[in-house]
Amino acid sequence: MTAELTRDPDGTATQRRSGAAARGRLTRPGGVLPIVAILALLLVLIAIQQPDFFQPASLLSFLGRSAPIIILAAGQYFVIVSGEFDLSVGSLVTAQVVVAARLIDSDPGRTWPVVLLLFGFGLLVGLANGLITTALRVPSFITTLGMYLILVGAVYLWSDGAPRGGLSDEFRRFGRLAVEDVPLLGRLPYALLVLLAVAGLLLLFSRSDPGRTLVAVGDNPRTAELAGVRVGRAKTVAFVLSGLAATVAAILLGGYSGVSFQAGLGLEFTAITAVVLGGVALGGGRGALLGAMLGALTLETLFTLMNFYGVSGALKSTVQGLIILAAVSVGALRRR
Amino acid sequence: MTATRSAPERTPAVPRRPVRTLRTAVGADPARGVFVALALTLVIGWLVVALDGGQLLNQSSVVSLLHVATGLGLVAAGQTLVILGGSLDLSVGYVVSLSTLVAAETMNGSDSRITPAVLLVLAVSVAIGLVNGVLVATVGINAFIATLGVGLLLKGYLENGYDGPAGSTAPTLVQTLGYQRVGPVPVAFLLFLGVAAAIWFALRRTRYGHHLVAVGGDPDVARLSGVRNDRVLILSHVLCALCAGLAGIYLASRLGSGAPRVGVESFYDLESIAAVVLGGAALAGGRGGVAGTVGGVLLLATVDSVFNQLEVDAFFKQVVRGVIIIAAVALYARRRHRRHRERTGAPS
Repeated sequence: MTAELTRDPDGTATQRRSGAAARGRLTRPGGVLPIVAILALLLVLIAIQQPDFFQPASLLSFLGRSAPIIILAAGQYFVIVSGEFDLSVGSLVTAQVVVAARLIDSDPGRTWPVVLLLFGFGLLVGLANGLITTALRVPSFITTLGMYLILVGAVYLWSDGAPRGGLSDEFRRFGRLAVEDVPLLGRLPYALLVLLAVAGLLLLFSRSDPGRTLVAVGDNPRTAELAGVRVGRAKTVAFVLSGLAATVAAILLGGYSGVSFQAGLGLEFTAITAVVLGGVALGGGRGALLGAMLGALTLETLFTLMNFYGVSGALKSTVQGLIILAAVSVGALRRR
Repeated sequence: MTATRSAPERTPAVPRRPVRTLRTAVGADPARGVFVALALTLVIGWLVVALDGGQLLNQSSVVSLLHVATGLGLVAAGQTLVILGGSLDLSVGYVVSLSTLVAAETMNGSDSRITPAVLLVLAVSVAIGLVNGVLVATVGINAFIATLGVGLLLKGYLENGYDGPAGSTAPTLVQTLGYQRVGPVPVAFLLFLGVAAAIWFALRRTRYGHHLVAVGGDPDVARLSGVRNDRVLILSHVLCALCAGLAGIYLASRLGSGAPRVGVESFYDLESIAAVVLGGAALAGGRGGVAGTVGGVLLLATVDSVFNQLEVDAFFKQVVRGVIIIAAVALYARRRHRRHRERTGAPS
């Protein structure tokens, strides 16, 4: 983008730092190199303390455990890169898990219809977020905050304050079980397969025309509109993707840790943190999906590292806060 | 092509942009809508409660309404300043919790230590506000992430150090700030009105206030006009944290001890932002005022009070609150959009 500006023949375009154009794809602001470096550092620290972590089995199960938050971050990426926020994903995860438990009610026969229903619900919530934000012009911060209150309140109300029913083993399989006896790798968690499939699909989408349009919308909605993009529709698609991603995350999380009202607590902030850590600019228009997903993986690695070093669970958020502030400060100062 | 033939065809009017001076920005009254809404809510609420056989505006419910408004109001008054400057503060909930603990543990039930306790709370708040402000204004981090990060730091400290209530507030403070009333009006509510009035004065009559609105409206224009954006924003963050500290002192007096989870359980971070936006402020900054915030706070407190009177399920209350916040902001957004179109002459 910088290169195009400086190439402008009439010379009226603002001259930006020409060094920025020369910088590679990976290191420019919004590139994935910084997050890869941080991730590598954390992995080295883990290797010092716990070399066993790199056994294929434990590494794969770690990736499986990280799948829900990586998928959530991927969904959040589309919303953030289009210039909006989605604060409702944590509550959506909780709602999905509780709804699934009550509807399935431990009856394996109802698993698939309910899964279908959950996707419908996720789509609907995303659609509502998107339409309220774009058609009614409510700032997405407020829209999704309101949706958060509504979902948490509704799910408590519907279940009279305590989760009821139960998930079928069929449902829990995705979050909990693994394909056994895979040659070379050993156990291959279903969650990891789901992650790979979702990540592949979303990466394809982010490189397609609609995916790139989303970034353009986030960068400058006015120019995008003048270029013929239906900005409202593009943003709504982003919210729907986030809602669907939250549904997948809910199915994995519900399977892994069972039914509780705490299932999705605080996940919206974790997802946003991961996205920002991955070099995606809040306010939209800059950043890569891969960076966002690596950001989520880095956060999970950090939490694992803290476990290995015996940091109290209560201090988790302090360390998380420090890391975010440090990473983002470096980014902000570098951008000067 | 004679001169007569080319008789002045009206040049397409350049869309007239309203001249945005400090005076119009500050003087425009975005607060009117919220007070109309407040009045409507009061009337409808009164009717509904009356049909239910209750009385919305009896002494005890008015008192509890004003107490709810005081806690939220102190936080929201400070939040108004940062939002006006185009920033926001998500750490206020944790600052409130921390302040109740600092106050109650320093006092430890003794009247003689009220002054040091209050001073300590204010000092801690100023320090947190300073960190927020420097991160946002000097380092240049997005306010959402910066204050979220600071909030997470505080959250970890609170969760690591406290399981439940700790310390105890000085009895004198409990009697005065916590429970004393003038008629139906709690003393603490008067404190809130005082803070709101001070902020109103600062916004309308001081250089700081005018600069703040300018920074929120357009940071680049403000900087080119000689405003020191970073100082203005840092000061706003400090004042916002101070207000949260005051709210902490009030809650410590109300509860009698420090409460590590009070700020989060009351959703002070998100509710204060909602109150400011309900009061007609733009989240992007540059438009809004503390009068509107007072209206927004009273509106939220009234809704809360009506639901309490009707003994509505707490969870249902939350659902309705979410709907109200979205609906109110949607209404504002629509009106503003229409007005904007009329002014710029764009086709509707």
